[in-house]
Amino acid sequence: MPETLVLDRSGLASILSELRARDYLLVGPTIQQEAIGYGPIDSLDDLPQGWTNVQSPGASHLERRDDERLFGYVVGPHSWKKYLMPNEVVIWRGERTDTGFETVPPEPAPAYALFGVRPCEVAAIAVQDAVFMPTDRVYRERREAAFIVAVNCTQAGANCFCTSMGTGPAVGEDAVFDIAFTEVDRNGTLAYLVEAGSDDGAAVLQTVVGAEPASDADLAMLESVLQEAAASVTKTMDTDGIHDLMLANLRNGYWEDVGGRCLACTNCTMVCPTCFCNTVEDTMTLDGTTAERTRKWDSCFSIDFSYIHGGPLRMTPEARYRQWLTHKLATWFDQYGTSGCVGCGRCITWCPVGIDLTAEVAALRRVDARQGLSVPLPEVMA
Amino acid sequence: MATLTELTPKLAPMEPVPFVVRSIRDELSDTFTLELDPPDGVFEFLPGQFTMLYVFGIGEVPISVSGDPAQPSTLVQTIRGVGAVTYALRQVRPGDVVGVRGPFGTEWPLAEADGHDIVFVAGGIGLAPLRPAIYSVLANRQRYGKVVLLYGARSPSDMLFTQELLEWGGRYDVDVLITVDNADRQWRGAVGVVTKLVRRAPFDPHDTVAMVCGPEVMMRFSAQELEGRGVPQHRIHLSMERNMKCGIGLCGHCQFGGRFVCWQGPVFSYDELAPLLLVKEV
Ligand SMILES: Cc1cc2nc3c(=O)[nH]c(=O)nc-3n(C[C@H](O)[C@H](O)[C@H](O)COP(=O)(O)OP(=O)(O)OC[C@H]3O[C@@H](n4cnc5c(N)ncnc54)[C@H](O)[C@@H]3O)c2cc1C
Ligand code: SF4
Ligand code: SF4
Ligand code: FES
Repeated sequence: MPETLVLDRSGLASILSELRARDYLLVGPTIQQEAIGYGPIDSLDDLPQGWTNVQSPGASHLERRDDERLFGYVVGPHSWKKYLMPNEVVIWRGERTDTGFETVPPEPAPAYALFGVRPCEVAAIAVQDAVFMPTDRVYRERREAAFIVAVNCTQAGANCFCTSMGTGPAVGEDAVFDIAFTEVDRNGTLAYLVEAGSDDGAAVLQTVVGAEPASDADLAMLESVLQEAAASVTKTMDTDGIHDLMLANLRNGYWEDVGGRCLACTNCTMVCPTCFCNTVEDTMTLDGTTAERTRKWDSCFSIDFSYIHGGPLRMTPEARYRQWLTHKLATWFDQYGTSGCVGCGRCITWCPVGIDLTAEVAALRRVDARQGLSVPLPEVMA
Repeated sequence: MATLTELTPKLAPMEPVPFVVRSIRDELSDTFTLELDPPDGVFEFLPGQFTMLYVFGIGEVPISVSGDPAQPSTLVQTIRGVGAVTYALRQVRPGDVVGVRGPFGTEWPLAEADGHDIVFVAGGIGLAPLRPAIYSVLANRQRYGKVVLLYGARSPSDMLFTQELLEWGGRYDVDVLITVDNADRQWRGAVGVVTKLVRRAPFDPHDTVAMVCGPEVMMRFSAQELEGRGVPQHRIHLSMERNMKCGIGLCGHCQFGGRFVCWQGPVFSYDELAPLLLVKEV
């Protein structure tokens, strides 16, 4: 059991200074375009102190809190994949030579300290690790260099369902992070109950001046704060047998219903912290001497995604929605042994028409073909 | 199913390796074969595997190896021009350099076929990915029972590798049956889809391994015909085609249900795919 320390605000700030001294680029939550996003930070003053985000399907807005919490909000449209798996990254350059061409690796990636990573996001990073770490040197370089400071949630948003997915509101036993903390109200002042999750994290905590060990009363309070946080999660998704539910219903006419509402705008996949699909673009300078391959995020909702000579294989929005949901909740298990959804709720909040996957799963259960209930629209090819 | 982590525990190649073009030969009005020199003199591959072929600054596409695995000193690939990258590949000249990553993917089940009859079913350009397997089988002809090649082309002038088809057809130990969708006046052979040939091909369905490559509809109907004659599903193998951007399990484009065609395929046994092949737009 790692030791829990109590820090005040200046103690928390000194974690940031230490990380900067260790040459990390600090990134964390800030207010951007009337939402909470992730961006460069210099100090705790850059955080959305005293703000919260109120969410519902298809909507989110900022509101003032009646306290000065630094972490009194839930996830916004950004996720940390913007640093670990950036939307546009050059994966190699090629120079023409007398005998053909030669590839050179791009500049080394920066080492980021991710400050304020929510438990569902810690879980999402582990999900992307399973996808990329074994084989992808571009991701691996960034991931190995990164320092993760996680923050437990003390209050859920209306679209959060981490408790259904086993990813929050506190970091789990086997979660991978360097430091994790919880913001608590301790006798009228905000305090931070902190623990290390790695040797690096412990070394950083060693440098904090004024840290005191948590008392039994502090630990009891932490326990009850996290229990209240779990109780504040109102959205649920029934994951019982979800893998088989999805795969047994590929031909269910239900998909036409959701396909009729889905705009195939790709928002859900862009905001999703686990969606990993990407495409590459090959370009060349005008004089033809230097070429580059750039990797960009892609989405199974885009029509070109499945293009082969003759046309896209997934023409209809229902086919694309089905690919998305069945990948998240079923085939991800076959591929990586975990769920592709961590319950962060982003796809619900940022869907322009408010499609809520938890409601879609419930709707599909009501017409489960295995109960003889499927909507009668056979999709069998002739 | 094994996970990617277990199967590829090492960093996958992301940079194309330069190969010098030795020759380019037209096969059909829109199809040509490239012979490439591997930089270190050999390019080992298994029949059925593909490479990601790159034209400097233009783009990269998956192309099956069509050469003889017993001649690894040359990488041979047969390509139909259909779009930006394949047109650019048509423009290369001997001495030019193209980029190669790979070989990637699964192989045709030649070991499994040992001691059994073999039926190759090819449609159009689908003959190219099967050719390395045909070379291997003919080089070790005594290992197998009957060997049958069923080939369907759009028209007589769309027939690929005609020289070799003649040669193989002339052998007493191989049966080559060819059909075209649209005959011309000189055509003396069968007319109709290749799936029809399955019905009259001389092989023992209960002791046969089938390898099928062509457009997806053609493969689906061929597999159904083969099954109809009594070939068990797990003895039928298909080579799937999906959009591919990476070839190494990282881009997500090639997913077919839960399978990544780039590394768990492209060659799959039909029993793995049959249920999904019946669902539209997977
Ligand atoms: C495993 C595998 C083996 C293949 N083997 C051969 C072969 O031996 N000979 C051959 O001529 N063709 C083969 N193909 C098809 C070939 O890859 C496409 O014709 C080619 O990608 C078209 O690219 P383009 O830029 O010329 O066409 P465009 O239409 O301009 O393509 C645009 C993009 O769409 C994608 N795309 C388009 N068509 C296909 C397709 N059919 N399959 C996958 N992605 C596609 C590519 O990413 C391409 O960059 C194979 C495909 C796969 C998946
Ligand atoms: S599918 Fe939706 S709720 Fe699940 S992880 Fe992705 S964005 Fe979050
Ligand atoms: S849901 Fe779609 S975009 Fe996301 S990882 Fe799966 S296939 Fe890719
Ligand atoms: S081609 Fe990229 S994952 Fe298969």
